[in-house]
Amino acid sequence: MATRAVITLPVAIKAGEPFEVRATVAHAMETGYRSGDDGARLARDLVRRFECRLDGELVFAADLFAAISANPYLSFWLRANKPAELSFSWRGDNGFSHDETRRLNVA
Amino acid sequence: MKRREFVLAAAALAALPEARATDDALRAAIRAWAGRDPEAGALKIEIAELVENGNAVPVRIAASEPVSGLALFTPLNPEPEVVHASFGAAVARPEFSTRMRLARSQRIVAVARAADGRCWQAGMDVIVTLAACVEP
Repeated sequence: MATRAVITLPVAIKAGEPFEVRATVAHAMETGYRSGDDGARLARDLVRRFECRLDGELVFAADLFAAISANPYLSFWLRANKPAELSFSWRGDNGFSHDETRRLNVA
Repeated sequence: MKRREFVLAAAALAALPEARATDDALRAAIRAWAGRDPEAGALKIEIAELVENGNAVPVRIAASEPVSGLALFTPLNPEPEVVHASFGAAVARPEFSTRMRLARSQRIVAVARAADGRCWQAGMDVIVTLAACVEP
């Protein structure tokens, strides 16, 4: 099943000015504390790590735990001085892995 | 005298273990991330004081000075950790937002870590009317 991610960036970014990055990935973030319809415990399945890189340099990273809601959402503020590539990666249990890249239009 | 001792001991046994376990777990989790016990300080925690649905509670943590990391902890969820965020040089503001689960009403704790090794924490009380599905 293809994973869906939504990344929101400003259309135009001014060099050196802060801009907000919002990133969500579709994932159930199953805590391992819930039971299914048959009463059996649902196995833990979490996104464990989020990383955001600006032209390959790590700028924001987050370790996620069971207390993060389904479809983990993160927003943060970055600054860029020139057009760059922003890459996002999510890694989790059961080999979960998703990557996205976005071109930053810095003027 | 013996009866009084017994009553006191029983009360202590009944009252203490749970509260202490969660406090210890919370402190251990904070120490594991920050490297030591943070002092009290100023951190902005934006979260609804009265939460109707604990499954997805928007929360924003902001520091008033540059930090290398921010983290969020809960004393009464099944696990104390919520999220550990770390910031690189291109981060413009020492803040981030996410959505968290809350198992019950509690005082959530935000911790900041600065590049020079200082760390400090702040708490915020939240009341939850419908808890997240995290109970066994």
